Amino acid sequence: MALEESVDLKLDHHNKDGIEIVDVEGEIDVYTAPRLRELLIDLVNNGHYQLVVNMEKVEFLDSTGLGVLVGGLKRVRAHDGSLDLVCTQERILKIFRITGLTKVFGIHDTVDEAISTRKSEK
Amino acid sequence: MATVEVTFTPLPAHVRTARLVATAVARRSGVAESLLDEVRLAVGEACSRAVETHAVQCPDEPVRLALSDQAGRFEIEVINAGKAPGLVDGGQVGDGTLMPPGFSLAVIAGLAEDVQISETEAGTSIKMSWPLSGSLAAGSPA
Repeated sequence: MALEESVDLKLDHHNKDGIEIVDVEGEIDVYTAPRLRELLIDLVNNGHYQLVVNMEKVEFLDSTGLGVLVGGLKRVRAHDGSLDLVCTQERILKIFRITGLTKVFGIHDTVDEAISTRKSEK
Repeated sequence: MATVEVTFTPLPAHVRTARLVATAVARRSGVAESLLDEVRLAVGEACSRAVETHAVQCPDEPVRLALSDQAGRFEIEVINAGKAPGLVDGGQVGDGTLMPPGFSLAVIAGLAEDVQISETEAGTSIKMSWPLSGSLAAGSPA
């Protein structure tokens, strides 16, 4: 289902193998992060507790964006769910490494890998 | 004297503009391409926190950005009219949208070689600097 788009951030989500895939494109910062936050909240409120956030088309991510992802992770874990990330871009992975959040999030190279890893842990 | 100065209304929408300007000036000044992502991220962090500080303390005051290159280094100074960003009461983990106080400063410290935070008459200043690549020093064509 395609959602509202803007110049700075595009959000979309679809279900694959029972896991909700959130596709993010653009920049996640103090201005755009609230939209991602609201989407994650809506998904959890609608019963989607297994999430994969695909960040392969994210061009910028700062600590505000990290906070939104951490918040999303906390919400799904409250329902014994999961929130994994797909990201191979070094420019984005850098902030995860600086903050130590590579130890908190499962970060995968592809959506399929994230899905199969999550299902194999069930 | 700063090479470029930017003043903007403390709104989240303008932080991206500050990032774009700072990155463009950094590139023109001769900062290595490999460091530009760090410049962009660090100035974005500092400006984001300044905007959030102003929203709480002084919403009618602008955030100021001073970009300069001297002595072989490119320096960015972000000045907000309030208390040090990250140290303002209210930073709470809560629902996860606000990271712990000081988190942004820790990120900036991980990105810039030299970070200085000081209280000035104009407010709180965060200075960050990166080395200039010798072959791309000021005066080279775009």
